[in-house]
Amino acid sequence: MLILIVGSGRVGSAVAQRALDAGHDVSVLDSDPLSHERLDKDQTTTWEDAGGRFTVGTALEIDALLEAGIEDADVFLAATSGDNTNLVIAQIAQRRFKVPKVVVRVADPARSSWYAEQGLITVSPTQVAIDQASEVVLSA
Amino acid sequence: MYVIIAGAGKVGWNLARELISKDREVTLIESDHARYRVVEEELEHAVQYGDATELWVLERAGIPRADLVIAVTGDDEDNILICQVAKEKYGCQRIVARVNNPRNLQHFRLLGVQPAVSATDLILRLIEHEVPEYGLVQLLSLEDEHLEIIEVEVGEGSQAAGSRVQDVPLPDGSLIISVLRGGAGFVPKGESVIEPGDQVLLILDPGLESQITPQFAPNGAGPSGHG
Repeated sequence: MLILIVGSGRVGSAVAQRALDAGHDVSVLDSDPLSHERLDKDQTTTWEDAGGRFTVGTALEIDALLEAGIEDADVFLAATSGDNTNLVIAQIAQRRFKVPKVVVRVADPARSSWYAEQGLITVSPTQVAIDQASEVVLSA
Repeated sequence: MYVIIAGAGKVGWNLARELISKDREVTLIESDHARYRVVEEELEHAVQYGDATELWVLERAGIPRADLVIAVTGDDEDNILICQVAKEKYGCQRIVARVNNPRNLQHFRLLGVQPAVSATDLILRLIEHEVPEYGLVQLLSLEDEHLEIIEVEVGEGSQAAGSRVQDVPLPDGSLIISVLRGGAGFVPKGESVIEPGDQVLLILDPGLESQITPQFAPNGAGPSGHG
C-alpha cells in the first residue's frame, strides 16, 4: 500500500515514520527541502535507506503530485500547516486522482466538520485539544 | 442586491467602491488588520475584519442572504474555498473568484468554482485582440452554457471574402453575429456582404473552430490552429 503524505511537519513526518515502520510504501512531499530532517530524526538509518521517498515540491503543482506518486497512492494525507492548502489538495486527490482514501488535517473545527459531511476524512488537532482539555478541566 | 467581497486589496476595494456607488449593498472582508483600518476610514461599516475562509466570519457578514460572493484575495486556495463554501454550504447562486496564478485555474474548475477570472488571462486576451497573430481570437467562453464567442479576421482571397453571410458554409452550431469594419461594428443580415479585412464575430459550440477558420483564411490556406 502506497501512502502519500503532503507536509513533513510534526504531524506528517511522524505519521510517515509510523507508516514505514508498519511496512507500507511511503512517499512524502514538502516544499521545504530542510523538512526532510524530521524524517531522519531518532532513526538509525536515513529516510531513503529505510525505504522512504521524499519529493521537494508544492502540492498545488500537479507535476509535483505526479512525481510523488499520487497516481499509485492508496492513501493521501494532507498535513501541511495551512488548512486552506490542505482542503484544496485533498479535494484534488479525491476528485482528480481518485485516491481511495483521503485524509485531511483541518485546524478549524467548524470547517473540519463541514468537509467531513462532504466526504473527506478530516482530522482536527484543535478539536482534539478542545475535547482533551475540556475533559481534564471539567473532571478536576 | 447584496454582495460580499472577500479581500480588500486593490481589486476588492475598488470593486466595493464601484458597487456602493451603484447603490448595491456591500460587505468587504479583510483579514489583515492594518489594511482593514485603512479601508475602514473610507468604507466604514461596509468593511469587516476577519478571515473570510472561516465560516463564522462569512455568517457574521450575512452570507445566507448574499446574492453574490466575490473572492479576490491574493491567495488562490482561499478564493477557491470561500467560493466553494458560499455555493455548496450556503447556497449562494452566484460566485466570482479571482485566479492569481493561471496554473491554478484547473483547480478552480475541478472544484466547481466558476467563473474564475485571471488578470493574466484577460490581459493575454486583450493582447490577442489587438494583435491577432493567429487570425482567431477567443473573446468569451461560457463554459456552463457550452458556448463561445470568437473573432476571426477575413483573409484576402478567403472563401468568405466577398460572400453574403448566408452563403458562408458554416457548421451547424455556429452563427455570425457581428461584423467589425473600419472601427465600427454592425449586426449583419443574411444578404450582408463580408469584405476582406473585416473582423467577424461568431457564436459557436466549443470545438467547431477548426471547421470555421478555413472559410476565413487567406486563399483558403487555413492557419493550423491557434495557441
